[in-house]
Amino acid sequence: MASLVSHPDEVKVVSKRFGQGATSLDRYLELDGYKAVQKALGMQPDAIINEVKNSGLRGRGGAGFNTGMKWSFVPKQSPKPKYVLCNGDESEPGTCKDRLILQHDPHTVIEGVTIAGLSVGAHVGYIYIRGEYRYLSEIMHKAIKDAYARGFLGKNIFGSGYDFDVYWHGGAGAYEVGEESALMESLEGKRGIPRIRPPFPAVIGLWGGPTIINNVETLASVPHIIMGGADWYAGLGPPKNGGTRLFCLSGHLNRPGVYELPLGYNLRKMIYDVAGGIPNGRKLKAVVPGGSSTPVLTATETDVGMDFDSLAKAGSMLGSGGVVILDDATCMVKFAQRIMKFYQHESCGWCIPCREGTDWLKKTLTRFHAGGGIKKDIDNIQYLAENMLGRTFCPLGDAAAMPTISIVKKFRKEFEDHLEGRPCPYKEMGVVQESTVMAD
Amino acid sequence: MKFSDQFESRFAEMLTHYPTKRSVLVPTLLFAQDEVGFLSDEVIHELAGRLDLTDLEVRNVISYYSMLTTKPRGKYNVQVCTNIACMLRGSDELFEHCKERLGIGHKGTTPDGLFSLEEVECIGACSWAPAAQVNYDFHENLTPEKMDKVLDEYKKKGTQ
Repeated sequence: MASLVSHPDEVKVVSKRFGQGATSLDRYLELDGYKAVQKALGMQPDAIINEVKNSGLRGRGGAGFNTGMKWSFVPKQSPKPKYVLCNGDESEPGTCKDRLILQHDPHTVIEGVTIAGLSVGAHVGYIYIRGEYRYLSEIMHKAIKDAYARGFLGKNIFGSGYDFDVYWHGGAGAYEVGEESALMESLEGKRGIPRIRPPFPAVIGLWGGPTIINNVETLASVPHIIMGGADWYAGLGPPKNGGTRLFCLSGHLNRPGVYELPLGYNLRKMIYDVAGGIPNGRKLKAVVPGGSSTPVLTATETDVGMDFDSLAKAGSMLGSGGVVILDDATCMVKFAQRIMKFYQHESCGWCIPCREGTDWLKKTLTRFHAGGGIKKDIDNIQYLAENMLGRTFCPLGDAAAMPTISIVKKFRKEFEDHLEGRPCPYKEMGVVQESTVMAD
Repeated sequence: MKFSDQFESRFAEMLTHYPTKRSVLVPTLLFAQDEVGFLSDEVIHELAGRLDLTDLEVRNVISYYSMLTTKPRGKYNVQVCTNIACMLRGSDELFEHCKERLGIGHKGTTPDGLFSLEEVECIGACSWAPAAQVNYDFHENLTPEKMDKVLDEYKKKGTQ
């Protein structure tokens, strides 16, 4: 299940304890576990924030905001309790990395949450895990219990006089809850409807208290930064794009898997060297660089560094690290339709442009792919998607619109090939690639 | 109504984790569903009472989350992911195969109550696609043949 892969180009930071039995607390301690939090206990809160800020660590959930900066927005004095909320509602299509972190190294996440708490003066942290990941909740449940038993959590952690509690919290199936304000609603026992911002969670978050919200991988990177130092971490990637990240390579590849590579790693190399290229002698058609919500890149656009700024320059986003590879037998209309079907299903219905837009786009794309399309539909699809951009409380509307716009713009000819009732020219898509190297 | 001791101890512990009672609602609903099989009127009324909510408030939350159901399902809920990464590696065929083999469609249940089938969105197994979950267990790198073996095993387990 969720087998591990490796490649010589990998730089293992977050994944360095994968496959080492680190779910056991004793083993974790042997592997230098809980040293970072003890070091952080001896640091001033501002020093922790500065270290994280200078490391160039940017949010691994998708938005890519500087983590230390985010923490610095939490007010020093607050009449209400402050909280840390770790976002493990991993559900962006193409993304399967937080699952590995929670499975192999749960204590690092606990450490990251604790260090974040120390930096802002919070005394409670929650680790939200999506409902489908029940086995990971059980792993986390045990890890937290073990940490309490040793005095690493609870009252007076490590004899420091500082109290810090960590709890895990389970979801029940909802993509949108991965959005930070919907995540807080869900944790408060409600429907995952987004909140309008400002105020941002750093000022008014859980139960009205200032709240730090970070992705699992982001928080799992923090202990390594505290131990290795900001300069070391920043130096692993290009300027302002510190460190490494777990890239989830999927789709038409010989060696799909989750690989930890430095930010800025060349996408072409990632496809052909790291993941073994495309099976069955087929050629590359397109790449989803950072989860289903990011604009697709064509085969000619793949000579790009996989970091936040390089991808932004290339008109896309690094997103959540979900890299999906499409070969030349893939139908882009069907691909766009499937993405839209997903967003239509997940739209909470709160904002009209998203609720109506995703529904109309799904219907139009479904009809279009089935051969019932007219030429005007192609412009209409783009127009509808463009009018969803920036007009919703949360980014789900943008997430649905961005890939759609890019597919219509870059693969317009494929839409035209479906016109006048012609059957889909890419019938072969979806054939299981039996040639893949990966064993069961 | 009565839940298991494990449910009760988890519920009692969870209440101590949050400043508001209501915060335990989402995970508690899933734990209750795991025990009862679905969220019956009785379960909803019981949990609403415990958390100082109305039944309607609880139903309002249930309808938002895709894993929660107010209708009974099969003992083994087969959830086939057909999102992009799985689609590219044959999940449409896999889902069709499950439909044929079980003789039911999306959200259907077999007459013996053993299996239900669902087409689901991304379950976080993209690098090991195509994938399915049976209840909470992941099955990855599937083919129709491998899926048959998986279903055979559950059938054996369920009819023993």
